[in-house]
Amino acid sequence: MTGFRAAVVTFPGSNCDRDMADALEKVSGAAPLRVWHGDADLPERLDFVALPGGFSYGDYLRSGAIASRSPIMRAVVAAATRGVPVLGVCNGFQVLTEAGLLPGALLRNAEMRFVCREVPLRVENTRSLFTAGYEAGETIRIPVAHHDGNYFADAATLDRLEGEGRVAFRYAEHLNGSARDIAGVLSEAGNVLGMMPHPERAIEAAHGGTDGRRLFESAVRGLVGA
Amino acid sequence: MKVRVHVSLKPGVLDPQGRAIHHSLEGLGFTGVNDVRAGRLIELDVDEGVTDEALDEMCRKLLANMVIENYRIEKVAA
Repeated sequence: MTGFRAAVVTFPGSNCDRDMADALEKVSGAAPLRVWHGDADLPERLDFVALPGGFSYGDYLRSGAIASRSPIMRAVVAAATRGVPVLGVCNGFQVLTEAGLLPGALLRNAEMRFVCREVPLRVENTRSLFTAGYEAGETIRIPVAHHDGNYFADAATLDRLEGEGRVAFRYAEHLNGSARDIAGVLSEAGNVLGMMPHPERAIEAAHGGTDGRRLFESAVRGLVGA
Repeated sequence: MKVRVHVSLKPGVLDPQGRAIHHSLEGLGFTGVNDVRAGRLIELDVDEGVTDEALDEMCRKLLANMVIENYRIEKVAA
């Protein structure tokens, strides 16, 4: 696989950006470009943008709130609107909701505890760019590590997400109070995915599991061909 | 001009922090507390020329997340 041009955005306080870049490079064979939050523009001709996990701006105000208003996010919103695939993991998911690219919000976990462990996820949508490599209804295991992962949206929004097949992943257990156990959601056009679990932490045997690898493989295959 | 922005979770949005505070108050022996909701107070010092519309926009664009929160703007005499 060649010619896959991805960018990983780093905010002050991001801490999964290197893992994300490593996962993308291992799967695609091409090292992603690294972009800083203060940059005004993304590199040209991008195939993929990733917003990594972490604690951007110390989670001040609300998780992801300050990062979502940083200069680079204007370019990310513009790219997403043009149809460029954008993956936001954990804090990246929080940034995407704060930026308005995905509906809903991520509240403090219902039990107030930081949860850091591998969890079972049910793959609910296998038609998206990110999830085409999974089997319908498959249960996979991916690590989570978050304090604010309790997905909230009003009932009408949740019904619309379900009806449009935009729930990508669901926790196969009650984890953090998330509405309808939602772990990941897609944008209306399907090119933006936000998820709390960390697929980049499950791409090789040494990680203890490889169920996250297919997400990146699906995207690379879908974008540049196998 | 001093402005206080009170940000609170919308009714119906679960407030785990409020619940934890409530639980802790009960642990201290306080009775009769029916519910606790935790919010955020943001104090701004702004020029006299800053309009109500601009303050409102600050709230909607950044200080509050309108998906989950309400806000109230209070102007305080200097």
